[in-house]
Amino acid sequence: MAEAEVRRLHLWQNRIEAEVEVSGSGKPMLYFHGPWGLDADRPFVKRLADRHTVYAPKFLGTSRDDPNAIHVIDDWLDLLVYHAELIEKLALTEPSAVGHSFGALLAAEIAAASPSAIGKLAMVAPVGLWSDERPVKNWMVLSDTARRAALFPDPDSAVARQFFDAPKDLDGRVDKLAKFIWAQACSGKFVWPVPDRGFKNRSHRIAAPALIIWGAQDSIVAPAYAQDFARLIKGARVAMIADAGHLPHLEQRPPNFSKGCGSDPEPGPRIRVIGNFWIEAGIDDEARADHGNCVSAARPIIQ
Amino acid sequence: MKVCMFHLMPYRDLPADFDKRYNSAYLDPVWFDVADPDKVTQYYNATLDELIFAAKSGFHGLCTNQHHQTVYGFMANPSLMASVLARQTNGDNVAIIQLGSTLPSTSPPTRIAEEYAMLDCISGGRLVAGFPTGLPTDATISNGVIPVDQREMFREALALVKKSWSAREIFAWNGKHYQLGMVNLWPRPIQQPSPPIWIPGSGISTTAEFVVDQDYCFCQLSYYGAKNAEQASDRYWEMVAQKGRDDNPYRLSFLQLIGVAETDAEAEDLYAEHAEYFFHKLLHTPQHYQVVPGCLEYGALVQALRNTAGGSLNLRQLKAKDFFNQGFVVVGSPKTVREQLMDGIKRLRIGHLLTLLQFGSMPTEVCKNNIGLFAREVLPHLEGIWDDKYEDRWWPQRLRARHPKHAMAATS
Repeated sequence: MAEAEVRRLHLWQNRIEAEVEVSGSGKPMLYFHGPWGLDADRPFVKRLADRHTVYAPKFLGTSRDDPNAIHVIDDWLDLLVYHAELIEKLALTEPSAVGHSFGALLAAEIAAASPSAIGKLAMVAPVGLWSDERPVKNWMVLSDTARRAALFPDPDSAVARQFFDAPKDLDGRVDKLAKFIWAQACSGKFVWPVPDRGFKNRSHRIAAPALIIWGAQDSIVAPAYAQDFARLIKGARVAMIADAGHLPHLEQRPPNFSKGCGSDPEPGPRIRVIGNFWIEAGIDDEARADHGNCVSAARPIIQ
Repeated sequence: MKVCMFHLMPYRDLPADFDKRYNSAYLDPVWFDVADPDKVTQYYNATLDELIFAAKSGFHGLCTNQHHQTVYGFMANPSLMASVLARQTNGDNVAIIQLGSTLPSTSPPTRIAEEYAMLDCISGGRLVAGFPTGLPTDATISNGVIPVDQREMFREALALVKKSWSAREIFAWNGKHYQLGMVNLWPRPIQQPSPPIWIPGSGISTTAEFVVDQDYCFCQLSYYGAKNAEQASDRYWEMVAQKGRDDNPYRLSFLQLIGVAETDAEAEDLYAEHAEYFFHKLLHTPQHYQVVPGCLEYGALVQALRNTAGGSLNLRQLKAKDFFNQGFVVVGSPKTVREQLMDGIKRLRIGHLLTLLQFGSMPTEVCKNNIGLFAREVLPHLEGIWDDKYEDRWWPQRLRARHPKHAMAATS
């Protein structure tokens, strides 16, 4: 696949130069990366781009040479109006919106603020709700070891290594770590110290068909939140992914779908959710009621 | 030069296995599992007594500070401590140095403006107004300040405080982080337009640059001693020169752990356990509590990553002799301490030496002996440094006189 085109948009009274990486071909899709920056999510974006034209904006402050953009946007109202301007500038018509973690909350907030602006919505392990019984782990205040174990069920997996490992040379190492830390700082501005900024009061406005995707072993945001989000978003469906933590979109790859329930008409206990991104959905309660331990009939709602 | 007594007010009787039970002095130890309220009553009063004793022994200033949710030091509101100190030292030529209340953690920050103004009034104009940006553990984790906003809030809050102290008209404040419809502070500080402003920091970064730009005094609160601060102080003085400021040593305050006894051997023996307690138990805070993403601005973050590429020091692997030999703690006979301090003061160009004479588990009797011996045998040899060449423009006006007892007559 060709390298992504980087579009630079001058937004917010020309005070912010936003980078948007555009890749692939097909129907338009916005991708909002998680708290660790677009670099971390790029393998997933590449897969999305197999079937879509993916527009992946770098979050405020994480575009090249503009770390202080984070100080230009004050609050969630600014943030949503800013993204409305960004989508308008990209001239997208009812794009689907996909996001991970903080990016999933951002996608959902955009869909709630402008119900007609988003065609379909997929949220991968979103933050945004809070229960005292299952507090969301503050991913910005974890030791390296604890963070690794919290994000990945197998902290020594190849995916975990790719996610965390920094180059050995000093310049490369400093560059990766600085971006990794600063991306958390920038998204953290809108969810620190508790990632509940009232989404539950606005969720009823979402009109787009919504899919909520969760890693069954997520120890940052407990999987039980999936049903909380589903209750708040009309018609939302849940896809629970076994053998995945907080980053199921990076942990689960298409080759995995060969194993599973062989009796299903689809290949394995997967549902086709986002383009060619196949995920396991074997432990979703609702799905289990219909299909035993496997979900095979789920429709690819983001196409 | 000025020699001041600094106090952290730590928990002095932690269980022996504390460093095995807890990986952090901050945040993790639960009060009910560790603390004895009766002992804490003693600590607060002993701390006040020790500081007042220092004042009566001839120290030039008394320093308090603010920390939260930690055994390392829990003067949660330094103004409460300072109000006692101000009252008890009225008539003495002693500055009340707040290092201090944390602006981003307090909303609205005019609350701190009021407390400091009260302290300046109670003390008869002897306040030094210190404003830390706040450690991440304190400001962001304990008090919920958004990390990436912390420095911006600090600067806006400081501007608001300064204006609230000196504005002749009632004003409205329409800031990014603070909005107040009517500001008309009661009381105002005696020192106008502002008491001297000191800003603490642990390294030379954006904070130090801000301090030089604003012509404040920078307080380097390092626990690694003057011996290990040469590079940092060189960078500070280079920055001062680059920005066209003069080389007045009173631009720099520096913290130093000190233990004095009659002989070197006695001092090393006496202070060993307290030094190890300090560095092993009280100062042990894991990195992820200290470097929350956003607490450093991007440029400073990149610089910090470059500087720490070689790894960080594990204090729990060091013993008392290491802390002494490497200069983290200056210990010894009065002569040894004098010589080491003079070297450091001159090399770093320190104008205000902030002495930490109670550290770790040190009991109050040992601390008072330390203070007394230091005041008799060390302090008199230090206080003459710089005064013949430089004026301390970061010291309360009423205490700058050559014979300040006359200046204090009105309030004694």
